Amino acid sequence: MATTVTKLEKLVGKRVRRREDPRLITGTAMYVEDVKLPDLHHAAIFRSPHGAANIRSIDVSKALALPGVVAVYTGKDILGVGSVVCAADLPGLRKPVHHILAQDRVYFVGHAVAVVIAKDRYIAADGADLIEVDWAPTQAVTDPEKALAAGAPAVHPEWPDNTAFVFDQKGGDYAAAAASAEVVLRQRIISQRLVPNAMETRGVVADWKAADRSLTVWTSTQIPHLARSILAGQLGLDENRVRVIAPEVGGGFGSKLNVYPEEALMGFVSMKLNKPVKWIESRRENFQTTIHGRGHVDYLEIAANRDGTILGLKLKLIQDLGAYHQLLTPAIPTLSVLMMPGLYKFRNIEAQVIGVFTNAVPTDAYRGAGRPEATHGIERMVDILAAELKMDPAELRYKNFAGKDDFPFLTATGLTYDSGDYAATLDVALEKIDYKGLRKEQAKARAEGRYMGIGISTYGELCAFGPSPATPAGGWESATVKVEPSGKVTVMTGCSPHGQGQETSFAQIAADELGVPIDDILVLHGDTAIVQYGIGTFGSRNTAVGGAALHYALQDIRDKAKKFGAKMLDADAETVILEDGHCTDPKTGNSVTFQQIAAAAYRGNIIPTGSEPGLVATRFWEPSNFAYPYGAHIIVSEVDPETGQITIKRYMAVDDIGNIINPLLVDGQLHGGVAQGLGQALWEHGVYDDNGQLVTGEFMDYTMPRARMMPWVESAHTITPSPVNPLGAKGVGEAGTIGSTPAMVNSVVDALSPLGVRHIDMPMTSEKIWKLIHGSKA
Amino acid sequence: MRTINVSVNGKPYSHEVEPRMLLTHYLREVIGLTGTHMGCETSLCGACTIEMDGKAVKSCTIFAVQADGASILTVEGLAAADGKLHPIQEAYWNEHALQCGFCTPGMIMITKQILERNPNPSEHEIREGLDGNLCRCTGYQHIVNAVKAAAKATV
Repeated sequence: MATTVTKLEKLVGKRVRRREDPRLITGTAMYVEDVKLPDLHHAAIFRSPHGAANIRSIDVSKALALPGVVAVYTGKDILGVGSVVCAADLPGLRKPVHHILAQDRVYFVGHAVAVVIAKDRYIAADGADLIEVDWAPTQAVTDPEKALAAGAPAVHPEWPDNTAFVFDQKGGDYAAAAASAEVVLRQRIISQRLVPNAMETRGVVADWKAADRSLTVWTSTQIPHLARSILAGQLGLDENRVRVIAPEVGGGFGSKLNVYPEEALMGFVSMKLNKPVKWIESRRENFQTTIHGRGHVDYLEIAANRDGTILGLKLKLIQDLGAYHQLLTPAIPTLSVLMMPGLYKFRNIEAQVIGVFTNAVPTDAYRGAGRPEATHGIERMVDILAAELKMDPAELRYKNFAGKDDFPFLTATGLTYDSGDYAATLDVALEKIDYKGLRKEQAKARAEGRYMGIGISTYGELCAFGPSPATPAGGWESATVKVEPSGKVTVMTGCSPHGQGQETSFAQIAADELGVPIDDILVLHGDTAIVQYGIGTFGSRNTAVGGAALHYALQDIRDKAKKFGAKMLDADAETVILEDGHCTDPKTGNSVTFQQIAAAAYRGNIIPTGSEPGLVATRFWEPSNFAYPYGAHIIVSEVDPETGQITIKRYMAVDDIGNIINPLLVDGQLHGGVAQGLGQALWEHGVYDDNGQLVTGEFMDYTMPRARMMPWVESAHTITPSPVNPLGAKGVGEAGTIGSTPAMVNSVVDALSPLGVRHIDMPMTSEKIWKLIHGSKA
Repeated sequence: MRTINVSVNGKPYSHEVEPRMLLTHYLREVIGLTGTHMGCETSLCGACTIEMDGKAVKSCTIFAVQADGASILTVEGLAAADGKLHPIQEAYWNEHALQCGFCTPGMIMITKQILERNPNPSEHEIREGLDGNLCRCTGYQHIVNAVKAAAKATV
């Protein structure tokens, strides 16, 4: 019978408000700290107050004697537990053994030494205060350049040069390029340590069931499946009897792309006591023990001709690793090397990374992870070159961009950029902000003695991690689409979103492909007992990799649904049309609904030849390449010479992130990224003193961007779809962080260029700017 | 131990508490309202913002015993009994003013106070009003939009 099919509104590309939000705005979401179990015990961790010290002895007797304290464990108790895992590897990499509790020595302030378990969290904390350690402090070293100097204290006594690795990469012939260049410029550029500061600190609840030999762990993580594999290994458990749940996760930014000592420690404690146990990280612990980001000292050299042609770039990168390697620590600076050419077509690079141990918490992936540092380096050097050549910085960029016909573009570092039109994106940004008009305004401001700056950053990044051979633990992603007998659809993604909004954007994709109302779709993630193995959420990969896996699983569902539909319509599966939730035979106009198909697939009394009952598909999708978003960010600023205060007058972001699934989410990702990038440029700095004390270890001392400090961000997009994945998406999670930082510094340097300022290291605090201005007058 | 009597979201409670118990922990662990979050324990991040006797306060630096006799409103008490969302909650939802959601209960509670003091705030006044509350995800722009939208909806 011919049916009238109502056209469904396509949702991909629409500003659909989030389906995650009702639980979050009503206070009913469940984060790790909200997990309650019968007979739940609480853990408090006693940590090192020293940057470097030997432990002569530990006395836990007073803690154990405190009423309410159930147990205390120290380093000697955990020797059967596997150490903290570093998945990255490099030739000749020195990997110190990182026990989950310190043995006879501590290596950084916050290093876990003992754990106290009590029925009450306050008593556990009291117990930790009663632990007495006989310390023999030694000299710490926290500055990576000082750590490399002869005679520096050895972080790990077995490696007195404090060098974890030296990594070299060359492309083309930089030495020859520099020898032939008309201009060679050098600059030391610091990308300072940053503290990720997700608003939810870390937390773990572990629940061992001895009778089942099973361990359930709730942990605030971006990688539940990898955490399960690692935990099972550390604790000697069967992987299928470890269940890791990432419940609501209150932000990560890379800091939860890790498996920390406390996860295995809580598993160990729960197994020892046969009780569930909870540990919630305090903010101070979060500052001291959750990974930091950046931590570079970069020595850059750019070679060019006087007409503005860039010939090559040389980099010596000193990476502050901290005391240990966390999951990916040594790999992060190698990403900086890969991205050092930015968007430019020069062919000659030479890079050396020196990974340096310091008495500090490890650095690792923080939003952008290696690419912000690279982008800051090249974008600063391009501006420094423009100033030297007295060329407009936009013109210099146009001159050196890889052209739109150069794609796929092979870079000097061996990457293949997927797609783009860099000049067109910069055109849009310059036009939108009226660049020519601004330069006139700037000339007027300068004539009036005002310090107005215009800073451009044309950034590129590699994201959508990534092809498996380029990642330490697999770069694919998985998706399952399970159509229930009623036609309701459950999507299970191996990604582990924690604010990015895939419960919404993936439902948009599924709704469009299957022609069902978005309210019929539920997206599940973050529970290894429910979701097939997945890699997780980091490196701007959810849409471009996880979304692609979903796309292919949805195609499998469509194919099978068409077979059932054709059978039900007595039609040809090759010619039936599945659209708007109906399967239609174009010959007769007869159709059946998607819901009728689902019911039939489970009823099982008609099964198409070569098919089988049920309507479920799982796909694991391996990308053939990274994706390469890019963009142009422009910041107009003014500096008050009396106070050193920087005011952002305008912020223009034009990003090309490929196809967009939900513009509302994209805006949110971009704004948040920009805030973190401006945070680095202007305010944030994880500072260790020479004794290893983290002196910016609270929100009182570590300046986080607040609402009144942020500019209004104007944004627009150009779209060059990525050919790497079927959605054409590139990724937006890190774009704002990467694009904003050099734009900000370039803007302020431009503002102060009449004073002869060529470079300013971050954070550009008012104090630093004031000294720069008044020092230059003196 | 001391006995305290408080009204939370219109319901009376009476409990014996340790004098050192923080109000955040009392709300979360004794009463079981886990919407109020602890983000820093030092009153600098505002995730724990609640309303006590009509004023927005940071519950992480108030002892439960100091709330004896007080009337408290938490994020769980904002929506109507039938589940209809408060206009501020609707505005946060519509404007995509949250991502991970951890700061959101505090943000919503401070927004209520901002609008009660100034029903039609300028962008500058909104940003000043949000100054005690940290968000690491949104860059605040959508939160500013949400406060503006809530002002329109409640004026």
